[in-house]
Amino acid sequence: MAIEKKAVLMREKPVKERIKNFNEVPLGYSQEEAIQEASRCLQCVKKPCIEGCPVRIEIPAFIKALKEKDFQKAIDIIHRDDSLPAMTGRVCPQEEQCQVCCVVKKTGDAISIGRLERFLADWDLENRKIGKHSKPKTDPLKNIKIAVVGSGPAGLTCAAELAKKGYLVTVFEGYHRLGGVLVYGIPEFRLPKDMVASEIELLKESGVKFVTNVLIGRALTIEELFKEGFKAVFIGAGAGLPNFMGLPGENLNGIYSANEFLTRVNLMKAYKFPEFDTPVKRGKKVAVVGGGNVAMDSARTALRLGAEHVYLIYRRSEKEMPARVEEVIRAREEGIDFRLLTNPVRYIGDTNGFVKQVECLKMELGLPDSSGRQSPVPIKGSEFLIDVDQVVVAIGNTPNPILSRTTPGLKVKKRGEIEADDSGRTSMPGVFAGGDIVTGSATVITAMGAGRKSAQAIVDYLK
Amino acid sequence: MFKILEKYSLAPQIHYCLVEAPLIARKAKAGQFVIVRVREQGERIPLTIADFDRDKGTIILVFQSLGKTTCLFSQMKAGDNLLDLLGPQGNPTEIENYGHTVVIGGGIGIAPVYPLARSLKEAGNKVSSIIGFRGKEYVFWEDKMRSVSNDLLIATNDGSYGKKGFVTDVLKELMNSDEKIDRVFAIGPAIMMKAVSDMTKVSNIPTIVSLNSSMVCGMGMCGACRVSVGGKTKFTCMDGPDFDGHQVDFEELMKRLDTYKQEEISCKG
Repeated sequence: MAIEKKAVLMREKPVKERIKNFNEVPLGYSQEEAIQEASRCLQCVKKPCIEGCPVRIEIPAFIKALKEKDFQKAIDIIHRDDSLPAMTGRVCPQEEQCQVCCVVKKTGDAISIGRLERFLADWDLENRKIGKHSKPKTDPLKNIKIAVVGSGPAGLTCAAELAKKGYLVTVFEGYHRLGGVLVYGIPEFRLPKDMVASEIELLKESGVKFVTNVLIGRALTIEELFKEGFKAVFIGAGAGLPNFMGLPGENLNGIYSANEFLTRVNLMKAYKFPEFDTPVKRGKKVAVVGGGNVAMDSARTALRLGAEHVYLIYRRSEKEMPARVEEVIRAREEGIDFRLLTNPVRYIGDTNGFVKQVECLKMELGLPDSSGRQSPVPIKGSEFLIDVDQVVVAIGNTPNPILSRTTPGLKVKKRGEIEADDSGRTSMPGVFAGGDIVTGSATVITAMGAGRKSAQAIVDYLK
Repeated sequence: MFKILEKYSLAPQIHYCLVEAPLIARKAKAGQFVIVRVREQGERIPLTIADFDRDKGTIILVFQSLGKTTCLFSQMKAGDNLLDLLGPQGNPTEIENYGHTVVIGGGIGIAPVYPLARSLKEAGNKVSSIIGFRGKEYVFWEDKMRSVSNDLLIATNDGSYGKKGFVTDVLKELMNSDEKIDRVFAIGPAIMMKAVSDMTKVSNIPTIVSLNSSMVCGMGMCGACRVSVGGKTKFTCMDGPDFDGHQVDFEELMKRLDTYKQEEISCKG
């Protein structure tokens, strides 16, 4: 039988409907669609997809079980390597990881591995809601306490792996809610927050303890964690410190870091103000600065808050954008006005201190820089003004320095990233680190991969 | 959950609250703050720690009911729980023996000024305190302040108690006297801290202010509290809340504090 060249499309909410609310945009596969898509997998011998996955999920095996309608077996296979499949199925850049290596891609569309993963994770979450799921399997309990700092993707994964092996894991979170960037950063329309909560519930069932409102580095230090009997510490505190460009007028009212804008809307539910108490400005003409996923999230969030016109200002061309292609497509579909090869140089405010205009420069592409991408060069005399009443600066984050400032002995790099080897070992014995706090801003799945590697390194260290 | 052990009114709209928070009490130092959330739909607001008892594991918060959250907080009673409490946040005030220090508190700023004056006195400073209120009925913690000050001077706007005028009027007199002032600390409304800083700048007296920027995260992640200090952007929550008053762009701070003025009104209605 010939393999269908085209992947089964995932249904999406129509643009007109979706830009009015924060509901999830892609609707997921039905059972029939999932099985149909799974049937396209060749079950090839080389399994290059596994190599492309940062956490090495046995992809062909779960696809086979799915095709045979044994959904429980399929999700169990995923859970062996990925504790948060409902997350990764949605936000992993599969097109650059597992799917880019797919053999089927040589003659047609790659197998939609992410969509299949998402289907199974959602099936599992539905079952859990009615109490129909198998308890997570863990090794016999060891009386050894391990602390995990941060409840984002790196911390959750590390905690899950260690709990499976019988360690007593406590996760410390500074915010009042668990999930890190999954709850404060990624919007509801891309990652529903009840999904994150359900995944975390499962970790609680497997014995992981969670403590909110405790910022390690302030209320407790790393040193004190050891004094309290923790035998190892994993730091997955993320890259939380938002970058600004240092432009004149950048502190005008109405100019937000993407972190602040998204935290207000996602974590604090400002889109439901005044039912929720946290306000957010609802700009009519909004400029988002940046070209990554966070910039796309910010632009689409502004639209959903009622903006009439959303500009996306990016200094390079679309080809160099770090955002996922599908996020760029959705942003364009929704009417975001892409102003490429454009860079803001200053902000102009009104008498009350609110931003009213952004002055930009046109750019052209020059020689490749250290990232290998052509670097943008300003075109002299090309200044022009855009009228705006809100700006979101989404140009990346660097690690938050609070932890390193209060942990003498922990070596950090110039921009604050913790120095760690491939297994997450830091300069302090018993202290491991992974995710954005080591690499700088990256993706959910690379952070999860790092959390998993560190979990193994911690097991080895404690032997 | 963080249990409220004691709660009463100190003056019109000014509330005293003793909260059980052992982990925070263990670490708290003068100058630090907490982030409070009072209900599930609630926002995160910063409140300066007015005092702490490490042995009893308690902290004291003193706040003015103005916005939505402080209004809700003001209605809570002993036995109720604060939903979330994060802290101690921010850098503690740098305490040394500076010599003669003048500590200035305005309105609600008197609460955090109390542990500050105490710490300065313990470090060997001569502490002259100036506290300012709108009128006599607003006066609180006079005795407490007196117990940690070498001199205590009181000003009220309407002259109903102490000297008539602003804290800056009292400061001016003090500056005009023969006694040298080595350092000034000011905590209160932005406009007061600005006035104090403007005055001490002329005489080149080092002045530390504790900024009351509005915040969301309180831990360096969002930048809502950013402020220009010496031409550079700083985060109040992480780099402060204490800054060199002569370097702070108070105009910008005051404008930023008004960002959600419209929303605040709709909240009360």
